[in-house]
Amino acid sequence: MNTLFEYLVRLGDDSLILGHRLSEWCGHGPILEEDIAMTNIALDLVGQATSILKYAGEVEGKGRSEDDIAFLRYEREYKNALLVEQPNDDFGVTMMRQFLFDAFRKPLFEQLTQSSDEQLAAIAEKSLKETKYHLKHSAEWVIRLGDGTDESHDRVQSALNDLWRYTDELFFTDEVDADLEAKGIIFSSEELKASWSEMVKNVLNQATLTIPDNGWQHDGGRRGLHSEHLGYILAELQYMQRAYPGMEW
Amino acid sequence: MANNEWPLWEVFIRSKQGLSHKHVGSLRAADAEMAVENARDVYTRRSEGISIWVVESNNVHASHPTEADSLFEPAHSKVYRHPTFYDVPDGIEHM
Repeated sequence: MNTLFEYLVRLGDDSLILGHRLSEWCGHGPILEEDIAMTNIALDLVGQATSILKYAGEVEGKGRSEDDIAFLRYEREYKNALLVEQPNDDFGVTMMRQFLFDAFRKPLFEQLTQSSDEQLAAIAEKSLKETKYHLKHSAEWVIRLGDGTDESHDRVQSALNDLWRYTDELFFTDEVDADLEAKGIIFSSEELKASWSEMVKNVLNQATLTIPDNGWQHDGGRRGLHSEHLGYILAELQYMQRAYPGMEW
Repeated sequence: MANNEWPLWEVFIRSKQGLSHKHVGSLRAADAEMAVENARDVYTRRSEGISIWVVESNNVHASHPTEADSLFEPAHSKVYRHPTFYDVPDGIEHM
């Protein structure tokens, strides 16, 4: 197995699928300013997916472009974490999902700037700047909503209760990670989880939210086993390329 | 709903070339921190700026349009207030 290719697809798919999810808010944001903010973040994520999947195509060496990889794979070949494919639901759910993800991505990109793979390090450097802003934005919203009215508190607490079961998967590792860690291309998942936990506890504490008891945790996304939601996302995401192969604009 | 609207803020952006912040528009936000972030998202998407000021619109006090005659017309007849009556010595560049 080409472990670097596999890792890049996991990394790129997280950005691609969450970027698509956020783009669904376009024109539906609670206020104009937030509508633009979410669209900006969606564009950042799709931009990250473009550079990561482009590099994945080069690493694979079979002549696939970033568009081929993004639009022309089957569901089982997508390796995003289950968290990012969960539905937007209300604004509280969207912001909580974003926060749990951003709190993971920031320390991840910080680690990857030190990667022995120069291309990956460069992508991480650029993405880190964007991610720092995403995290600031989502963390502030989680605090505002959690520490806001009774209704906003209850909604965002219920979002946390629902999404918590998808958080362990962010730190999933297998032989792919072990191989790349040995080569100095990626770094310890335990350290990542420690940074994430600290950030999450700190923000949820300020938001007066309670972390649910650690119960059942889902996984499968990194191995291509998805929730029912991904199929619908792919139908929309892939429609143009399937209907008009090779289409560009 | 109108009563629950967030306060209005005026946004000023300093561009890369500019020395001063220029008024670019307004937006709604619950507080100053959110106003700065919203200004970043709404008004700097195309690299328009390197610095943002926001001021709650309530705090802007303006001259009244109906007083424009008495405020501004008197200056029209006083061309000597413009520095146009000096001879620039030879050899001065970049004037």
